[in-house]
Amino acid sequence: MEFGLSSEQILLQDSVNRFLTEQVPLDVVRKIATDDSSDANCWGGLTDLGIPGLLISEANGGLGLSSLDAAVVSELLGYHVTPSPFISSSVIAPATMQAAGRGEDLLGSVATGETRIGIAFAEGIASRNNAGLSVDGGKLSGKSLFALDSDANYYLISTSTQEIYLVDASARGLSRSSLTTVDRTRSTCELTYDKVDALLISDDPEVFRVALDAGLVSLSADTLGASQCALDQAVTYAGQREQFKRVIASFQAVKHMCAEMVASLEPCRSMVWYAAHALEEIPQESTMMASHTKAHLSEVGQFVTRTATEVHGGMGFTDLVGLHYWFKRAGFNRQLLGSPELLRERAARIQGLTA
Amino acid sequence: MDLSFGAEYDEFRTEVKQFIAASSDKSPKQAGIGNAEAIAWQKILINNGYAARTIPTEYGGFGAEPDIIESRIISEEFSNAQISTGLGGQGISMLTPVLLEMGTEEQKQQFIKPTIHGEMIWCQGYSEPGAGSDLASLTTKAELDGDEWVINGQKIWTSTAHLADWIFCLVRTEPEAPKHQGISFLLFSMDTPGIDIRPLVDMTGDANFNEVFFTDVRVPKDQIVGQRGQGWQVANAILGHERGSLAPPDAALSRLNGVIKLMNSESVNGERVIDNPVFRDRLMKIQGRVLAMKCNDMRLLSARINKGQDAKLAGMIVKLLGTELRHELESLAIDVMGEIGIAYGDNPYLRGNGSWQYQYMYFLGLIIGGGTSQIQKNIISERGLGMPREPKPAAKANAS
Repeated sequence: MEFGLSSEQILLQDSVNRFLTEQVPLDVVRKIATDDSSDANCWGGLTDLGIPGLLISEANGGLGLSSLDAAVVSELLGYHVTPSPFISSSVIAPATMQAAGRGEDLLGSVATGETRIGIAFAEGIASRNNAGLSVDGGKLSGKSLFALDSDANYYLISTSTQEIYLVDASARGLSRSSLTTVDRTRSTCELTYDKVDALLISDDPEVFRVALDAGLVSLSADTLGASQCALDQAVTYAGQREQFKRVIASFQAVKHMCAEMVASLEPCRSMVWYAAHALEEIPQESTMMASHTKAHLSEVGQFVTRTATEVHGGMGFTDLVGLHYWFKRAGFNRQLLGSPELLRERAARIQGLTA
Repeated sequence: MDLSFGAEYDEFRTEVKQFIAASSDKSPKQAGIGNAEAIAWQKILINNGYAARTIPTEYGGFGAEPDIIESRIISEEFSNAQISTGLGGQGISMLTPVLLEMGTEEQKQQFIKPTIHGEMIWCQGYSEPGAGSDLASLTTKAELDGDEWVINGQKIWTSTAHLADWIFCLVRTEPEAPKHQGISFLLFSMDTPGIDIRPLVDMTGDANFNEVFFTDVRVPKDQIVGQRGQGWQVANAILGHERGSLAPPDAALSRLNGVIKLMNSESVNGERVIDNPVFRDRLMKIQGRVLAMKCNDMRLLSARINKGQDAKLAGMIVKLLGTELRHELESLAIDVMGEIGIAYGDNPYLRGNGSWQYQYMYFLGLIIGGGTSQIQKNIISERGLGMPREPKPAAKANAS
């Protein structure tokens, strides 16, 4: 019995962490977030490490690793608030296509980083603002909101009945406009379709479920990392900042805030590991665990990033320290692919607790 | 990641299941100290290696090599069968491990066997009216007079003192030494003259706690564990044992299933409570937290089996989080019942034998006892995160 990361997973963790620490520190993230540069260099570096093809099977040209490996990477991307299309192109897209057994021919170029596949799943989870999509004779009309990745070459689009279609971003009739969100480390866009050619990837809600679960666990891991980094920064800052002739870390009020952050966050690490492991190995629990994990991590992530900001006092509120990047990352993750209330209801439904 | 215990343990699990199938009818229906059925069951468990499993045979145990997975399998199977895992109490869970580690050969011979067989009941004399969170400031003193310690002072929160045969007790033996170095760990009979026990009724209505007063209580000099002045180290070894065991996630999980049943059977205005989305969301919130603790527990088990896995913080937060979580879980059950939830005692509308209100209060006691939540936060931040201790207040100028 071994509950934890393998030595290979720790090596993966070390190499990705080293790359992000050295090559994508906060000032590089800031440049990308403020539109001074794109995330292409960063994604290129991650491609050198094999990251885009992590979950893509070897037959499809990837590394064929596990969801726990992907969670290790997601946690680090959250820790370093890294801009990247990992969750859309490297987690949800391969999960969808490999579960459906369609569109897999694209995955080889996803693994090499040449192709990015964006995700527009909002309609299949929680339709908002009358975005209504319709498909008629293989032609897609209507729009998708908050599609992940404004720079994608393709998009996987879910209808409200959880059919999934693939469209080419340069297809005739498709227009794309960026949507600004609080989290500038991720790009989202609005896609409008006027009779756009769309390839049906799946009309099986099971495929949607599998793809959504993979995305939920990945977002949970991202929030875990973002929260851990906010906590680490708070402890470091509290050890340096002096008031009343003492470092503020010696005040019980501040220590207790930090202890509460640890207490809520530490079990989340085990929960994310277990939920990731369950995706492949414990299918009877995977949807309940993925839903609960994302909902729980969203609550903890909100608490930790907000408390870490408070520990920083006024400086936490400024752009100078940049702690808000972590706060916003957790805030973005909380809403994406289902807010906590919706996911807890999903967990209840899968256990047969809803009428 | 490998969650299986491995095929080599399958046979062991089968043995445990077979034992349970053959013997579970002898498991006592009622817990409680001095219960003859419970004592007989304890003997059966020890003889078969399901209690006192790793305690050497010369001290009355089963004498197995420690194996964390075997212990876990036993507890899982007993829990599934909902039968008693044997006697508990502070003598078994706290004193016995300490004697094994720090007791003299004579002490081990004299005390361990009757203790684990339920023939010698112990209470713990630690807290005092003036020494709660700051336990090391305790003032009950023991002075050497010839071959005897003479003890004077008062203890409080002494669980089961009124039923105990013996007490393990922290006393100040070196009043001049720094506070952590002046304490000794004594063992003595509760029949010794000069001991006065007064029950302390708690908010649940039970009187498990007591105040214990010592007036010139004379105890043989050699009834000390460890050296003079080492009592604090001895006590800390036991407190570590206590904290981890206060709020096991499997118990929370089983209690949570009880809440789900309750929400299916209780109704409000003709609607089952489980069908009310507000209540359902509260249930799911708590379920998510219980699952997180369950995963945390798997990590802790793994870290005990696989040396080199670091789970220090994961262990430190269990008492704080586990007790708070149980308190909230019991509170949800009460809210599910509304007015029926306040029923207590002999009220005919009582659900679950009144256990929801009882546990709701009991866990508030556990939030406070065994190191309050606030003390836990000090420990997590200081020992877990390396944050500095609260500075000592400066000595008052012109103190008279």
